[in-house]
This record gives sequence, C-alpha cells and structure tokens, in this order.
Amino acid sequence: MRVAIVGVGQTPFSRGCGMSIRELCFEAFREAMEDINLTPKEIDASIICSAPEYDKQRSPSGLISEYLGLTPKPTFYAESICSSSTTGVKVAYSFIKSGLHDVVAVIGFQKMSELSSAEVQERMGRGADIQWETPFGSMMPAGYALYAHAHMQKYGTTEEQLAKVRVKSGKYSVLNPLAMFQRVLTLEECLAARVIASPLKLYDCCANADGASCVIMASEEKAEKITDTPVWVAGIGSASDTLSTTNRTNLAGLTCTIEAAKQAYKMAQIEPKDVDVAEVHDCFTIAEIMAYENLGFCEPGEGGKLIEESQTYIGGKIPVNVDGGLLSKGHPIGATGGSQIRTIVLQLQGRAGKTQVNGAEIGLVHNVGGIGVYGNVIILKR
Amino acid sequence: MFVSFNVFGKISYISETKVADFVKYLEAGKIMATRCKRCGKLYFPPRADCPNDLSEDMAWEELSGKCKLLTYTTLNFAPTGFEDDVPYTLAVAQLEEDVKVYTRLSKEIKEDEIKIGMDLKLTPVCLPNGRITYELKKFET
Repeated sequence: MRVAIVGVGQTPFSRGCGMSIRELCFEAFREAMEDINLTPKEIDASIICSAPEYDKQRSPSGLISEYLGLTPKPTFYAESICSSSTTGVKVAYSFIKSGLHDVVAVIGFQKMSELSSAEVQERMGRGADIQWETPFGSMMPAGYALYAHAHMQKYGTTEEQLAKVRVKSGKYSVLNPLAMFQRVLTLEECLAARVIASPLKLYDCCANADGASCVIMASEEKAEKITDTPVWVAGIGSASDTLSTTNRTNLAGLTCTIEAAKQAYKMAQIEPKDVDVAEVHDCFTIAEIMAYENLGFCEPGEGGKLIEESQTYIGGKIPVNVDGGLLSKGHPIGATGGSQIRTIVLQLQGRAGKTQVNGAEIGLVHNVGGIGVYGNVIILKR
Repeated sequence: MFVSFNVFGKISYISETKVADFVKYLEAGKIMATRCKRCGKLYFPPRADCPNDLSEDMAWEELSGKCKLLTYTTLNFAPTGFEDDVPYTLAVAQLEEDVKVYTRLSKEIKEDEIKIGMDLKLTPVCLPNGRITYELKKFET
C-alpha cells in the first residue's frame, strides 16, 4: 500500500502578518483542502509541528486542532526544530502505513515575531550544547560558519561561491509571491554585505519569519478518491548527529544528511541522478553547498563548482530551491519543511507556474533541524 | 562538598552535573577529561557515564592542552548576554589526546593571524565575578 500527499498549502512567509498562530494554520489548511474531495471531518488525525521555545501557547496541538475543526480526532505534536514538519510527515506516513489512520493532516507553523530579536537569539543559542558550548556565546550562524571555514579549508570553496547560492535564490524569489524577500541580489551586493559570523555575511543567512504550512496525506485507497493528482511518497529517511560540535567526525559536511539520504534513495530505489527537482535546507548558503554534496548531486568538495557552473538553476543538471529557498522565503521554523514539500508537490503536479521544471517526475525534499542534528530526506514521485 | 557548575563560561545554564568537579580542577589550572575505567575511552568534554558499557566508573585525567585549530568564526553579532564581547571568535580545536574542544579563541590572536591547523594551547582563564572558563591561546614552546 502506497502513501500519497493529496493536498498542500502555505501562508505567505512574512513579519507582521496580522494573524495569530491559529489563523496562520487555518490559512495553510484552507489552501491544502482547496480543489480536493475531502472535508475536515474525514481527516482521521492531525500532527502539529513547531519549535515550542518560540511559542507563547503551551501545547499548541489542542488549539490548532480545535480551530481547524478536527476535534474529536486525535492530534499529536512533533518537534525536531527546523525539520519539525518533515518529522511530522514521517510520523503521518507511519500512521497511514500501519493502518492506524487513513487520512492525516500535518500542520507546521511558527510565529517568531511575538518574541523580541534578543529573545529569539537567546533561544537559538540554547540550541547548542548548553553545558559545553552555549556558555561561550554560540548561535545559529556561528554553527554553520564553523562548517563554512572548514569546508573552504578542506575543498577550497570560496566566499564568491557561497554568494552565488544567494544570487540564485534572489533570482527565483521574485517568482514566489509567498517569499518574504522578493528581491534580486547581485554578486557584488552579497559580497559587500556586513559580516555576521565570518565567513558568513548578511545575505548568506536566512531570516526568521512567521508562517504556516500544511501537508495532507492519505492511504492509496483514500488518495484516489480525494484527488486525481496524488503525489506518492517513494522514499523517506531520517537520521541524527551529535548535538555537540566536539563529537562530530565531519566538519565539512552533514552526516545526518548523508545517512538520511542513503535510506531515502534505497527505499525509493533511485539514485541521486534520477532526481528532477530538489528542495534543500539552505538556512545558510554553505548549507546548500554541503547539501549538494551530501545528497549526492555532486562529489564531496564539488558543491562550490556546481553552483559556479549554474548547474542548480532550472535548465541545469539538478534544479535546487527554485522557490527561492529559505534564504529568500524566510524560515518559520516549524513551517519550513511543509513549505518545501508544497513546492515539490506543485512541481510534480505541473502547477509550479513560472518556475516549473518541465517533465519533473521525481522530487526530493531535504530538511535539517539545528546545525545538522536532525536530518529528513523525502523522495516524492508523481 | 557540593560543587556548582554555574560559574563555568561567560553565562552558565546549568548548576548541577555529575562532572561539576571539572570546575574545581579548572580553578586549580588543570583541564580534565574523563576516562572510562572499563572500556578505556577518553571523553572531553568530560562525561560521567559511558554509553559503550553503561558504566559510571570513570577516572579524571589531565589533558596537556596542546591542540590544533580545526575551524573558527568571528562573530560581529551576539546572542543575548554576550553583546559586550563582540567581536569574538569561536573555534573548534583538536587536542593531542584525540578529543575536540569548542571555545573562544583568545583575543590576543588577531584575526589575520588565525590559520586553520595552527598550534594552540587550551588554557584556563578567570573571568570577573568569580567565573571561570578556558580559551585557546597561542602555543608557546
């Protein structure tokens, strides 16, 4: 029995959206339910995903389930920081595959603007090992910056190559009406931006945002009644790495990505070269370059060259993040993975508009939690 | 006597840990790791429990502090509570005992002197208000 994605939705990612978390989730849910033959009462379970340290609402599942009209069906909460909603998708897959539930809604959200920037930074610092790393002043950009310098040292990757990832992101951002930053950036602008955590500069970093996403999944039997264009989950892999930097064996790539990808490719019985379009977790430009390598789109150390040769643009060897990615869309932690899935589902359904990759049959979603702590790779087929 | 861990680093987030004696050793100028008495594995940062054999039979062992820089980043923007230190450099170094450390690079080392692979010395450092930490200083032979 196969498991399908039958509906996808996403709010604009922004700050100052004028909506509370329940309303954000409703908007994503409404889009996912559009044009499919399904009512809220036919949803058997929901999985709500966010990073709870940014939430004011304690235990948001009950609130979201109520507002979406999903009570008295069971609702659950899934969390793996930035990869929470793909973790939710994995749980939903297991529910359906086991026969426990036939139709499951996965709703991811984050409302970061309810906290001050200082409060957000303080919480992000505590994403590192609070006993041995946070006491020195760690934060998210610093974690990826350590990887960036190690990658540059090991493979000769350059700051220009990092900037080229953001230039690509900017090019596609103006074609995505849901992106927070819809702006074309030149290589010079990226390179001249102020340094946040060397070598990462302002435009090498994604920004916090508010938003929600929704993915509705169903068993094969139900899926065929709900929609004419189901997208099938062909492979799904997950892995973890040490939270502490000191216990990592590789500082020039993410082991959790390599491991999760291996599982997903094996399950889908495909190879990296079979992927037609991919969404990778580009929270920082270096993260996208490492993803190219760790997902097998190129050899280790060749990621810089891949963007240099524009191979990850539409028309290249493997189009990546043609919705602008996290770098331009913004990164509402719990909503991000669902947004990546939405982009790939629209691509496989031929509904991606101006960024459509012609004839896309197989798509890949790569979503990472923390600084390479949690990795999810999902392969979708039409 | 109960030793509180909450004097470690610029800001501590925990007070109780089974390896709180680490702070006592640090105050005495020693950087200590733990070694599992059963399997012999060396842990730094120190652990109280060995996941290989589920043992808590560990011995403290002093490290030389001699290490090489693996990677670094200089921050111009800091999380809450660390703003006064900006700019500061975070680094990961490989100790000669084949364990790693994550900490600050001494401000004595200028940014243009930083080179991945350079020799460093992990050194205890006293901070104001009775706090204590360690940082990576230049290695002097």
